[in-house]
Order: sequence, then structure tokens, then C-alpha cells
Amino acid sequence: MIRSEILKEIAPIIRDHLVVCNIGLPSQELHMIDDQPTNFYMLGTMGLSSSIGFGLALAQDKPVISIDGDGSVLTNLGTLPTIANNATGNYTLLIIDNGSYGSTGDQPTYAGQKTSLTAVAKACGCDNVIEVQDKDLGPVLQSAIDSDEMTIIVCKCDSGNIKLPVITLDPVVIRHRFMEAVKA
Amino acid sequence: MNIDKKIADDLVANDVSFVTTVPCKQLAGVIEEIDVRDDIFHIPSNKEDEGMGLCAGAFMGGKRPAIIMQNTAIGVTINTLATLTQFYRMPLPMLISYRGELREPVACQVEMAVHTKALLAQLNIPTFHFHWQKDVEELDNILKYTFMSNKPVAILTDANFWGGYGDQ
Ligand SMILES: Cc1ncc(C[n+]2csc(CCOP(=O)(O)OP(=O)(O)O)c2C)c(N)n1
Ligand SMILES: [Mg+2]
Repeated sequence: MIRSEILKEIAPIIRDHLVVCNIGLPSQELHMIDDQPTNFYMLGTMGLSSSIGFGLALAQDKPVISIDGDGSVLTNLGTLPTIANNATGNYTLLIIDNGSYGSTGDQPTYAGQKTSLTAVAKACGCDNVIEVQDKDLGPVLQSAIDSDEMTIIVCKCDSGNIKLPVITLDPVVIRHRFMEAVKA
Repeated sequence: MNIDKKIADDLVANDVSFVTTVPCKQLAGVIEEIDVRDDIFHIPSNKEDEGMGLCAGAFMGGKRPAIIMQNTAIGVTINTLATLTQFYRMPLPMLISYRGELREPVACQVEMAVHTKALLAQLNIPTFHFHWQKDVEELDNILKYTFMSNKPVAILTDANFWGGYGDQ
């Protein structure tokens, strides 16, 4: 499966939860598949999906899911020790690991070669790290959201992209409606 | 006056309850003070752009955030300041140790000091410079200004403000 197929499959699972979504095609795909005020679309700032979602999870009690990418986690590897050492049960980090910088044309990342993000997350001190194949993600994600323990999911999948338009929503509108959803 | 306590008091008085830090020798005292305050959640970050991501999330979660970092971190965070904090219009007080100014013993620090105000000006970031201890009296107003305007705001604090850099 490619990222857009995964997002289609998990859309019903995440639609009522607070979601912070990675820059580029991941956000564009989620926006097209199931736009919700509970989605925070990143329009820039590669690498910070995990950090934004984690700060949000620490600041309030609702479950938060950060949808991240392997390339973005690699660019902000420092996020994993911070998450591990300040664990909060309402946080789930879903890393869609397609082994490539998908949004920029599927250039290979090191996560698709010798580097295991699962092993890195464990070495950083994350207690619940689950590596899962794309087709098995749904139930794993559901139980991670339901559980009281913080979970890092590394979802291995194929690289590949579909054609779709950029998000034209104003960032302040994205942020405002998201904050209203957080408060609701 | 104990500057570290005064800064922590002003943060608390302005409802700032989520603070991320990357240390600098000059900031050791204030970081220690923040760490022991019950009203402030202190989360050290590994890089300042990561810290700004945490602050963005905390803000959207209803908390008032702040970051404490060294001026060298301006070089690390320009993309984040522009594409996250400013683009989405979020407030962020940045208490910054301004290394490489008068009374600085480490030559390398001067190399980023000479760019610091220019970079902040280029980013249209409101910038305040604390040089004398009494300048800290402005902090309360600066915090109010930051959350009124929904902008990142820089407070540069030099070695003279902190009472000299100490022996080295
Ligand atoms: C600092 C910076 N460098 C490069 C880019 C270009 N860029 C945008 S998305 C992206 C790829 C992200 O890859 P990954 O996180 O694995 O997500 P994927 O698209 O593969 O799902 C890159 C390199 C950027 N936006 N910012
Ligand atoms: Mg990828």
C-alpha cells in the first residue's frame, strides 16, 4: 500500500480525534480524503509534526495522533528522546515509513536502507514501539488510541504518490478551527 | 534583586505554564528556577526548532508557552519561526541569552552576535535588549505585548545583564 491508501483506510479511525499531519502530500491527501476541523495541516516546517502533536498532547487531555513521515522524523531525530522521557498516554505517533521523501519525488531515505526507526525509537527510550505492515495498521492504531499508554507506530509501506492539489486554506483558518475543535 | 526569580515570577503572573529550554551558561540560573516552579511545566528540548514545535502544540492546546535559548539558535530556527510561528500567527516569547556582546570571553560567540539583531529585524520580530539589570522591569509588559499581538518576540539578554559571564 502507498500512503494515500493507508490514509483512506485509517480515516474513519482518526476522524474524531485531534490529528497533526505532516507537511506536503500527507496533509494534501488527508485534506482530500476526509477534511476535519480536528486536522491540523502542516503547510511547511518539515520535521515538526511529532513535536507539535506532542506539545498539544501535553497541554490537554484529549487523544492526539501525529502523522509523520520517515524523512521528517530523520530530520528531527531529537524529538524521540523528548517524547520518550516525557511520555503522555494520550499521544500516538504514527510514522508512515515509505522509505522515501515522498513529497519531493520519492528520493530514498536512510530509513528504507540500513536505519530502523523502530530500533531508533526504542533506543531513545520509547517504551511502546510497534512496527507494523501497512495492511495491518488499522487495529494497531485503534488500540494505540484506546490505550492509556503512549505508542509509537512505525508503519512500513510502499512509496508512491497520487496527483492532487495543494491546500489553499489560510493557515490562520486551519489553526483557528483546530483550536476551536480542541476546546469543544 | 534575584533576576532568575523575577523572570519566573513574571512568566507565572502572565500565565505562561509551558516552557522549553536549551541551556546556555548565562541561563543556568533561570532554567533551574523554572524547573522547580510548580506552575510551570518545563520540558527541555534537544534543538530549538523542536522546542518551537512543542510550543506551537502547547499553545493550540490552550497553554501559554515560552522558549529559553541562546542567540545562536536564531540560526537554527528561522524556517520554523517563518513557516510555523509566524505563518499560523502564534505567540512565542523567546528569552534569549545574547552571547558575543560586551564582557564575552569566547570569540566564536561574536560571530553569531553580529548577525542576531539583523536576522530578527529581517524577520520583523519585535526585539528587546536587556543590558542593565533594571531592564528586566520591562519583561511583564513584553509578555503582555507578545500574547496581545500573537507574534514571536525576542528578549535579548546580554552578559552585562546577567552580571558578567564569570571566570573562564
Ligand atoms: C527544511 C526542509 N527541507 C526540505 C523540504 C522539502 N520536503 C518537503 S516534504 C519532504 C519529504 C518528507 O518526507 P517524509 O517525511 O518521509 O514524508 P512522505 O512524503 O514520504 O510521506 C521534503 C524533503 C522542506 N519542506 N523543508
Ligand atoms: Mg517518507
